[in-house]
Amino acid sequence: MKVDNNIVPILKIKDLRKSFGDNHVLNGFNMELFDGESLVVMGKSGSGKSVMIKCIVGLIQPDSGGIEIMGKDIMKLEHNELDFLRTEIGFLFQGSALYDSMTVRENLEFPLRIHKDTPEKNEELVKDALESVGLAHAIDLMPSELSGGMKRRIALARAIILQPKVIIYDEPTTGLDPITAKEIIELMREIQLKQGSSSLIITHDVDCARVISNRMILLIDGINYAEGTFKELSSLKDKKIQAFFK
Amino acid sequence: MTNTLKITSNIKNFFIEIGELSYFAGHFFKEAFSRPFEFKELLRQCYNVGNRSLLLVGVTGFILGLVFTLQSRPTLADLGVESWIPSMVSISIVREIGPVIIALICAGRISSGIGAELGSMRVTEQIDAMEVSGTNPFKYLVVTRIMATTLMVPLLIIFGDAIALFGSAIVENLKSDVSLVLYFNKVFNALKFTDIFPATIKTFFFGFAIGLVGCFKGYNCKKGTVGVGEASNIAVVYTSMLIFIIDFIAVFVFDIFFEI
Repeated sequence: MKVDNNIVPILKIKDLRKSFGDNHVLNGFNMELFDGESLVVMGKSGSGKSVMIKCIVGLIQPDSGGIEIMGKDIMKLEHNELDFLRTEIGFLFQGSALYDSMTVRENLEFPLRIHKDTPEKNEELVKDALESVGLAHAIDLMPSELSGGMKRRIALARAIILQPKVIIYDEPTTGLDPITAKEIIELMREIQLKQGSSSLIITHDVDCARVISNRMILLIDGINYAEGTFKELSSLKDKKIQAFFK
Repeated sequence: MTNTLKITSNIKNFFIEIGELSYFAGHFFKEAFSRPFEFKELLRQCYNVGNRSLLLVGVTGFILGLVFTLQSRPTLADLGVESWIPSMVSISIVREIGPVIIALICAGRISSGIGAELGSMRVTEQIDAMEVSGTNPFKYLVVTRIMATTLMVPLLIIFGDAIALFGSAIVENLKSDVSLVLYFNKVFNALKFTDIFPATIKTFFFGFAIGLVGCFKGYNCKKGTVGVGEASNIAVVYTSMLIFIIDFIAVFVFDIFFEI
């Protein structure tokens, strides 16, 4: 899709810095995500991709820099305001992070607690979300009874149940076989088309980036080293950039 | 690193950990009295802590009463005071042995379980997932568990004490034909308010310590799966130590007020 850069970004990161002791993970990272866009951030393992998205949702406090989500500076928000803003963000964790002690239904109902809708309405939302990922039949199963791919789908259903404006994917295809990975990528595309949400995808899977990205950022040495479409970046001669596409 | 430096570093870490545990306890009190209250989860945790420990506490209590009576009997028989057995056993069990032994059993069963459960939730990002979904994981996971142990451990100890006395009564019944009714008559005649009240009060503190340490170690678990094992293991060690410290303080304080 074509992005109009004159519009206000739904998510904006400015000069983000984060260090762990002497390890400077993010050294002034900048990023903008626009409405309806699918932005892929690629980087090597340990390059700070996960740290960056955890800063976005307030799980990690950055050393300096600014993060604005829908015009709100998350550093200045009170805890309850941040909690409310978090309901506008869906987050798919790398390891799915399903709650072991709860059934699939309870896992999906968990984010709905904050809205205090009627049980009937919640049931409807749970069923809709499960149907979107093609696992309506798994509603009463426990996470331990699911395969890796099913867990990822359920986690995706949980991430989209509140119909968030932004969905953040942390390595959505890592640890999956190629066929399941393709299914997950296809599902991500379908959900984005259906819900019209913006997606921020953190990955080192080139196939995933190629299929799903409107725009890409390469995170190298803690900064946005290069930015552009998949085609533009893959045609660059820079050795550091080429290392991703070989 | 020299031995002196190692010792200094260990002492420093010990005090840092005590500081962090105190902060964690402060956070618990702050969250416990603010809305929203997680009643449903609290009930679920009470069930987990109470019901699932019942058999273990019952068996331990029964063996405790049985063995204690069997071991004390010969000495008391030599002195010709077997009739003191019900009062001696009941006062010992209700005041001291029952609460401490059963609290230690609960530390092994509950504190390590909480440490391992929260630890694995931490390393598999389940706690992060709760936070991202706009729920306060501290309130949902920690406050409910500490409250559940604070409420249920005293009940488990009362249950364990009762079973221990039952075990003792059976030995007496078999060894010297003392009926259960007579045995428990002697027990209730021997026990006073000053035996039961202080012993019951301290069990709430035991329960609080069991929940607090388990949650503290699990919630702050690091270092992946190795950390989960460590959290579970250290939770038991710290809780056991705390139980003895609380017991010492409780006996000391109650001695001032009740002259026990």
